[in-house]
Amino acid sequence: MEHFMKPAPIEKKYFTPGVMVFVVLAAIGLVFLAIRFIGGIGAVTNLDNQHPWGIWIGLDVALGVALAAGGFTSAALGHIWHREHYHAIIRPALLTALLGYTFVAVSVAMDLGRYYYIWHPLIMWNGTSVLFEVGICVMIYLTVLYIEFLPIVAERFIGRVNLPGLLSRLNKTVDSLLRALDRGLDKTMFVFIIAGVVLSCLHQSSLGSLMIIAGPKMHPLWQTPILPLLFLLSAIGVGFPMVIFESLISSRSFGLKPETPILTNLGNIIGPILGIYLAFKIGDMVIRQTFVYLTTITTESVMYAIEIVIGVIVPLRMFLSEQVRKSPAGLFIASSLVIFGVFMNRLNTFLVAYTPPYEMTTYFPSVGEIAVTVGFISIEVLLYRLMVKIFPVISHPQKDVAPQTKFSVRGMI
Amino acid sequence: MLKQDRRSFLKTSALIGAGITGLKSKDTKAQTRHVISEDRMGVLVDTTVCIGCRKCEWACKTAHDLPAGDIESYEDRSVYEKMRRPDDKALTVVNEYSNPDPTKLPTNVKVQCMHCDEPACLSACIVGAFSKDESGSVVWDTEKCIGCRYCMIACPFQIPAFEYDKALQPDIKKCDFCIERTTQGQLPACVEICPVEALTYGRRKDLIEVARKKIKNYPDRYIDSILGDTEVGGTSWMYLSGRDFQELDFPKLGEDPAPGVSESIQHGIFAYFVPPISLYALLGGVMWLNKKKEKSKEE
Repeated sequence: MEHFMKPAPIEKKYFTPGVMVFVVLAAIGLVFLAIRFIGGIGAVTNLDNQHPWGIWIGLDVALGVALAAGGFTSAALGHIWHREHYHAIIRPALLTALLGYTFVAVSVAMDLGRYYYIWHPLIMWNGTSVLFEVGICVMIYLTVLYIEFLPIVAERFIGRVNLPGLLSRLNKTVDSLLRALDRGLDKTMFVFIIAGVVLSCLHQSSLGSLMIIAGPKMHPLWQTPILPLLFLLSAIGVGFPMVIFESLISSRSFGLKPETPILTNLGNIIGPILGIYLAFKIGDMVIRQTFVYLTTITTESVMYAIEIVIGVIVPLRMFLSEQVRKSPAGLFIASSLVIFGVFMNRLNTFLVAYTPPYEMTTYFPSVGEIAVTVGFISIEVLLYRLMVKIFPVISHPQKDVAPQTKFSVRGMI
Repeated sequence: MLKQDRRSFLKTSALIGAGITGLKSKDTKAQTRHVISEDRMGVLVDTTVCIGCRKCEWACKTAHDLPAGDIESYEDRSVYEKMRRPDDKALTVVNEYSNPDPTKLPTNVKVQCMHCDEPACLSACIVGAFSKDESGSVVWDTEKCIGCRYCMIACPFQIPAFEYDKALQPDIKKCDFCIERTTQGQLPACVEICPVEALTYGRRKDLIEVARKKIKNYPDRYIDSILGDTEVGGTSWMYLSGRDFQELDFPKLGEDPAPGVSESIQHGIFAYFVPPISLYALLGGVMWLNKKKEKSKEE
């Protein structure tokens, strides 16, 4: 009989030697984070009045948002363009985006001098502030992501609610609440899905507008009025590579067969998107004549060259080759390069390009800053592994089940 | 994927659209105060007069409850060996630039917030913690600030400083143009103490007149330029100099207000919320069409 692919909780033991490494890294990060809360931001970071933003913003937030773009790009492809074929990747991408954005929010809070006032933008509005727009969009989008995830929670627990002790009397009530919620969401989910895509387009681009106000403080190679467009295009460009990257890693980690045909199809889309991005990037350079800065060897010119050549041109060429797109190894390498390219771009835009007029020292992230960043990534990986064990996220072949549509519900007629 | 008819789809979309417009149109009303008064005050700094006594540094710290130390200790001129910048412990500092002509005296330059007419910090602040008062002062509100330090990214003069060593309630520190003193009819602390009248406090438009007159009457003493007259849309603090301003480490800035490009892009993307709502409608249309296509395939 045929084996249908269906999302289901992964049944594999949680702790492996690899997982233990992440646990240790997470613990180290949390220790440094504790120091930040005791001694202030200056106690852990190398930030100063010349360099107000470091990797906690440039990487944890700006790169974090970009790498979580797989959530909205796959939602657009699967739900809005209605490509049923891709449904297997939507849930993992959604979970990644959910965890990614959650940690973007956490990272922002850690970097705020007054983290306990993080709710202020909700009631204190400043329409001219790009950061305000980014903040509000990210807050709403995070909520939308949680709503999009609710049906998965409902699917897991409907008919299986089993509360401990005295609470068990509420089992029936919770169950019927879940069913009502699920039915309600089934009818209205399209509203949230479209809203998610619109909100993503808005804040992905505005994240680029953030640095425009820095004006001449930013190196001309990156300071351009089309920064928002470049950020949006690169976010769309890195969305699917991130999905491929994760899908291949989790197949390997859980001993599943890689979903190569779906990933190959995704790979077909990546080439053109990267091409458009590259065209805008090069076109912008030609129009503003910033290529003059590439004729001398400086930190900026080298970083720019690495970003463009290794991070965009090489993976673009790779994704155009059918041979690469059909092999998991080729897909993995090409996707990793795209991710590296966006990593370099966000790092360059927020940190390398930022040269204030009175710069007495140069910024390099401290051990504490790196430890916290690595710690957060580790916690994300650990949570992802936990979530896919609890919830039906990853599709794998199962016997004796009929194919079901995405929002169909267990136990209902 | 989702079960519903076209009617309910359109109805819900319209409702959501209306909800978003209704919700967001409020934020076009600026919450921050940005008053450009005809009579706003300013200070004219004549760097050809300043003797670098640093008394203004002492007076500033004293007026703002910062540890100031002994006023005699400010006579130590060895601090001039290195360029210093205002920070959370000193809202103004004086730097010294030796003259290329050794027979001439060095130039001293007092540095503090310029109190821009179009402040980048005010435009950038996520919670609108900055306001431009009708007196000309750009002031920061501790009640609102969340400590994101975006104002520091935005400021073209690299002025706002942050208290990195504080775990709770770190402040953004910058010159507040002694707003507490001026509202009580007193002079700003630095202007009051200056023994050589290198600092002139007055209405900004009068100060420009004074500056132009000085340049006209003493063409050998001054270069024909007032820093702050037009830079980034004009500033409340303005400088006269006998040397090129770039020699004195002033940043080279254009006449366009610092927040200009960023605000026009922001307003372009959010022009009456038309672009986001159109995108929403467009995606809704695509979704509906694709669904219909699939349905007709099934039938």
